[in-house]
Amino acid sequence: MTVSLSSSRWMARLRGLGGAAFSLAVTLLGLLFVTFIISRVVPIDPVIAIVGERASEAQIETARVALGLDKPLWQQFFIFVGNALQGDLGTSIRTGEPVIQAVTRAFPATLELATLATILGVIAGVPAGVLAATRPGSLADHFVRLVGLMGYSMPVFWLGLIGLLLFYGVLGWVGGPGRLDAAFDMFYEFEVTPYTGMILIDTALAGRWDMFVNAISHIILPAGLLGYVSMAYISRMTRSFMMNELGQEYITTARVKGMPEWRVIWVHAMRNVMVPLITVIALSYAYLLEGSVLTETIFAWPGLGSYITDALLVNDMPAVLGGTVVVGVAFVVLNLVSDLLYRLVDPRAR
Amino acid sequence: MSTLTEWLRDPNPTSRRQAKLGQLWLGWLRLKRNPLAMAGLVIIGLLLVIAAFAPVLATHDPIAQNLQNRLQPPLTPGHWLGTDDFGRDIWSRIVYGSRITLYIIALVAVTAPLIGLMVGTVAGYFGGWVDAVLMRLTDIFLAFPRLILALALVAVLGPGIENAVLAIALTAWPPYARVARAETLTVRNSDYIAAVRLQGAGAGRVIWGHIVPMCLPSVIIRVTLDMAGVILIAAGLGFLGLGAQPPLSEWGLMISAGRKYLFEQWWVATMPGLAIFIVSLGFNLLGDGLRDVLDPRSAAK
Repeated sequence: MTVSLSSSRWMARLRGLGGAAFSLAVTLLGLLFVTFIISRVVPIDPVIAIVGERASEAQIETARVALGLDKPLWQQFFIFVGNALQGDLGTSIRTGEPVIQAVTRAFPATLELATLATILGVIAGVPAGVLAATRPGSLADHFVRLVGLMGYSMPVFWLGLIGLLLFYGVLGWVGGPGRLDAAFDMFYEFEVTPYTGMILIDTALAGRWDMFVNAISHIILPAGLLGYVSMAYISRMTRSFMMNELGQEYITTARVKGMPEWRVIWVHAMRNVMVPLITVIALSYAYLLEGSVLTETIFAWPGLGSYITDALLVNDMPAVLGGTVVVGVAFVVLNLVSDLLYRLVDPRAR
Repeated sequence: MSTLTEWLRDPNPTSRRQAKLGQLWLGWLRLKRNPLAMAGLVIIGLLLVIAAFAPVLATHDPIAQNLQNRLQPPLTPGHWLGTDDFGRDIWSRIVYGSRITLYIIALVAVTAPLIGLMVGTVAGYFGGWVDAVLMRLTDIFLAFPRLILALALVAVLGPGIENAVLAIALTAWPPYARVARAETLTVRNSDYIAAVRLQGAGAGRVIWGHIVPMCLPSVIIRVTLDMAGVILIAAGLGFLGLGAQPPLSEWGLMISAGRKYLFEQWWVATMPGLAIFIVSLGFNLLGDGLRDVLDPRSAAK
């Protein structure tokens, strides 16, 4: 009896995973389809962009065949998907480098920034949300709400400029744009092996603590500002989840038993708040990947955002679309991860 | 006046309209008690007034250059917010920029819900494979990060306000489709729909004339909540040079122009950003208050 029960549970779980995998596949295919459509409506002829405007008819025709542009659209789409699945996202017109190569180089920098920002956002946002939820209507509650709404309302690139002006220009507390001071930056690629592409980890692995400290002074401002944006979202959701839990009967029971309030909140209620909160944190992480596009341009951060915007300025469509696909995939994967974590944390969803 | 409030407060309304207006009145009273929401309403009101009376309020021509007068700091006589790198009065540019912001908001507020309504009502009304296909499509668009998709679209369409609006609308419609579909599912099997169909109305007529009006209230609320995000994305596109083009005084564009002078002439980039921040905060405050009023769960508290 118990065996069949647990095996049927496994079956259900497998079926759930299968469904998730299928919807992931459809979404990714859709992602590629939308990108393909966008790339085909570009008014710029990709052939002219490669061979130049003075090429002869024959040269243009050869290039057209070489690019597979003489085939029907649906066939082109299959080739596009096949290439993408093999990691071929086309070649950048600007640099002549395969897009995937540049994107893999840039991605860790963005990931590092977004990760640090999310950590900061959680550290600040969760306690703020709990504080607001335990004293609804108080001054602290209104304060948290206002600070959160301000975070929602600020253009992130403007926030970056103001931060740079204040903390770098006026106060001089942090390093300026870029990942390192120029003095370190010159030697970085010779002295540090890029194992991960994340500057904090690589410098620590190389034992270059002077560079590590310098890198922190550079990353802390963009990460802090993005962290503020994510804190706004996290604190707000934490507040509403916590309010919801604190109204439950098991909380009353715990209080009646004489349990200290901190334990009621941080152990009993928090365990249930964690479940929806994980989804929120994963979502805010995904939004930070996107928000970093504008922040990176302000801080000259050599990540995906800078790559996409630089390519935009020179109309390098393969690079733009390749970057878009990668961010889209990261977005989808994060959503899936949050879904899986949700199942892991919530016993009811197993 | 007092008779009007009495009529609104009447516990025994004599008509549906009176009951509905009475509910609205109660909602308004609740909203009025929320100082933050009222602050938001005031901000949006001010934005409308400033945009309407821009020629009166602006002290200078927003695009008239005066190179002898460039980069004057705030509180200079005649230029209380200073001047930019072409000697243009920043206050006047911000005042005229409010028109561009409103123009973008208005266009997005019309197009995105329209696309969403069409997709959502059709999916909900027909059901079956139409529903499956359309909702999959919606999910795919939801899977794209909004700003990045808008960037890619504008990159293809070419920069400009109208293209930016189109790109934002194309990324903003999926939530409306979800809302409209949910509303459609609740009414599609009701008797009045069956009655209309028995009279021989086609699908288009049923959807447009009898289902869409039912979806409008929830869609309109959603629009209010979305506007702050639209303002920020529009400003972001402007900042990257993909939205309004110079010499238009779009606020995001003004920030990007001030970037070069950030450390010496801070006001050039700061002032338009402050304008974006205040307007977007206004929409957020109002939307937040509206959500409290309209969500029965939070209203009970």
